[in-house]
Formats: sequence, C-alpha cells, structure tokens
Amino acid sequence: MNATIKFRIDGTQVVTKAGLTIMKAADNAGIYIPRLCDEKGLEPQGSCRICIVKIGGQIVASCTQPAEDGLEVENDTPEIRNYRRDLVKMLYHEGNHLCPICEASGRCELQAVSYYLGIFQPTKYPYLQPDRPVDASHRDILLNTNRCIRCGRCIRASKTLDGKNLFGYIGRGIHKQVGVNGENLANTDAKVGDAAMALETCPVGCIIQKRQGFFAPIGKRRFDLKPLGTNSVKQQKGGSEQ
Amino acid sequence: MKKRLATVSLAGCFGCHMSFLDIDERILDLVQLVEFDKSPFNDFKKFTQHCDIALIEGGCCNEENVRTLQEFRANCDILVAVGQCAIMGGLPVMRNAIMHSNDPLRECLEEAYNDSDYVYNPTNEIPNDPALPLLLDKVYNCTEVVKIDYQIPGCPPSGDTLWYALVALLKGNPYELPSELIKYD
Repeated sequence: MNATIKFRIDGTQVVTKAGLTIMKAADNAGIYIPRLCDEKGLEPQGSCRICIVKIGGQIVASCTQPAEDGLEVENDTPEIRNYRRDLVKMLYHEGNHLCPICEASGRCELQAVSYYLGIFQPTKYPYLQPDRPVDASHRDILLNTNRCIRCGRCIRASKTLDGKNLFGYIGRGIHKQVGVNGENLANTDAKVGDAAMALETCPVGCIIQKRQGFFAPIGKRRFDLKPLGTNSVKQQKGGSEQ
Repeated sequence: MKKRLATVSLAGCFGCHMSFLDIDERILDLVQLVEFDKSPFNDFKKFTQHCDIALIEGGCCNEENVRTLQEFRANCDILVAVGQCAIMGGLPVMRNAIMHSNDPLRECLEEAYNDSDYVYNPTNEIPNDPALPLLLDKVYNCTEVVKIDYQIPGCPPSGDTLWYALVALLKGNPYELPSELIKYD
C-alpha cells in the first residue's frame, strides 16, 4: 500500500503514506504529540491517553488511531492541553513522585511532559500516597514501584524485544499495577542488558540500574539538554494554565 | 504604594529562602516594589499589618506549622506555595508512605532515636518535651490545610523563577510561568 494521504494537524498539512497512526505521521512531519505509554519499537497500547487528539468532535488516542485522508486533527488546543494536564496531574497524585530525591529526575518523561504542558498551578486533587513495595532483590536492578505509572512499556519490551515476559499487569482499576513474573526480580532471568531494563524504556524512575544513580549532573541530564517537544516544527511555549 | 510581602519556612529546609537571595542585585528593584512584613529576612516575629502576598516554604509536619499557616491565610491576601515541600510535602512527606508501616510516625521516631545502628541513646527516650510542637500523624502539604492561590514549583525554585513569578504577582498580572522556568527538582 503506497497510497499517499493528506490531512491536517492544527491546520498544518501533513502528507504521509497510508496505514500509519496519527502519532507516527505527526512524528514523521516533525509535529510533537506528547505521550507516555508509547515508545519507538513497541506496539502502541493507547493506555496513558496523554496523546489524545480531537477529530470531528471525538477524542481519540493518536498512537492507535490510523491517519486518514482529509482528517482535521486538533492537537495543541487549550481544551486538549487541559485534558492532558489533568491526566498527567492525576499520575502524580496516584503514586509517590518525589522529584527532588529521584534518580530519574531530569531524564524522567513524566516530568518532561509536565514541563512541556506547563503544569504548575495549585494542586487540585488529594495525594493518595499509596503504600507500594520496593524490590531490591536483584543484584543490578531495583524496582521502585512508588514511581510506576503503569505505562506497560517494560511489559511490552520484555515480551516482544527480549522474549522473556518478565512483567505483567496485576489487578484492575486503581489497584492495577505492574508485577514481576515470579517471586521477585532476583528469581527471574532479568539482566541489565535487557531492552526492558534500558534507561529509555521506563519513562519514570521505577526501573533503576543499581550503582549508577545520578550519573548525569544537573544541567546535563537528558531533558535538561533537550526538553520534550523542542525539536518539533511547532513549539508550544508553556503558557498559562486556565 | 508598596505591596507588603511576608514569607515563612514551615517544614522546609530554608533552601527556598536561600534561593530567593539568588535574585542578586534585583533585590534593589524589589525593595522599590515591596515592604517586608513578618519574614525570616527581617526577623519580624509578628504581623504588623495585613499583607498582600505571602510566600510559604514547606508543608506542615507539626501543629505549630498548621497554626502559622492559618495565621498567614488570615493575614494575607495571596498565598503562594513555594517549592516542592509546600506543594506536595517534599522530602518530609517520605515518612507518610515510604516507611511502609501502619504507624509511620512511630516507626520514623524509632528509627531516628532508637533503632538506627548509629544512634547512642541509652535511655531509649524519644524527645517529648512539652515545649516541642506536637508532631502530626503525617505530613500535610499546604493545600490540604488552607486555600493556596499560586504555586512556584522547584526544589528550590531558581532565583529567576521566583523573580518572574513575584514580579507578575506584584504587578497584578495573571501569573504565567514559561516552561523553561518550571522545574520540580
């Protein structure tokens, strides 16, 4: 299928080959759509809903929605931005996200997306402060589930890239969490070289490689050097939150 | 007329106040714009009159923090939560959930005064003088105690961020932070 389709994102024309998702097409055109559960090389699962866009009055996840000819996609509008902000804020309230003490601070995608969305207004929701376990059993890897946002990137990476199936979802609703397929991580064949354990796979600081915390100084961390969305054609200057 | 500015550090480390001094020579511009009321900067212990803006550093970990915060709410028009401790509890909030205990305050005190290998405490006493403010069951952020009007995130917020936000507030402008000034660490 080599047909070319044309559609618009916030009025900018995007020309792409047919069969891609809206997010892939936007990425190819250099238009940034924020996301947390999607990662290059992994099957999109459309669970975090940060990448939502509006098409004809309908809100859809752009990582799973196929691009079609003639679509008018609303991406960076005040309405969508506010939805995204609320979704991201709720992630902070649901877990224990202590940026000041976190090894992943500065290379954390949750944090970088929050900066991109310009989240700074007074807290709306109560902090749930859940009691979540830390699995330090493995020699080289530490799991701090206080920071898990259940994006499932490690689950998919382990299944499709490593062929190991180390992680899986447990529970439903607000009790849903990512669990280790075994008694603890030490009792699995997890290794530092696994794609699931790579620094880029976990968007937060849940999967941590031991003995290399804070390896980059402040100012030289991943998103200090290149904040999310800044290489895009369209740059959003974090505006005020209404 | 100059606006009146009050500041306070509750369950914080005074880092945000130190960062405030990073506005450097802009402090000369600031004194043209504000008059300091109750604040550690001038060591005023009491409010002299009603204030326009208050900067709150730190959350509430004891009853004195709560009383002070309520006093600030009653005496100031705009309360600004400055830094992660005021916004979400910060480092002190670790004692709420990360202790993994049904009685986190007890466990925190036991660890600090008895159980740790590096503590010499032959009487096994935990400080309990009536002069000490009573600790709360858990650490609360400022929005859980009073209404907070604005937040300046950061640990601490940089001098530039504080200056940017403060000038906007003093001029009565809608408060806007460009994304490069938003930092949570």
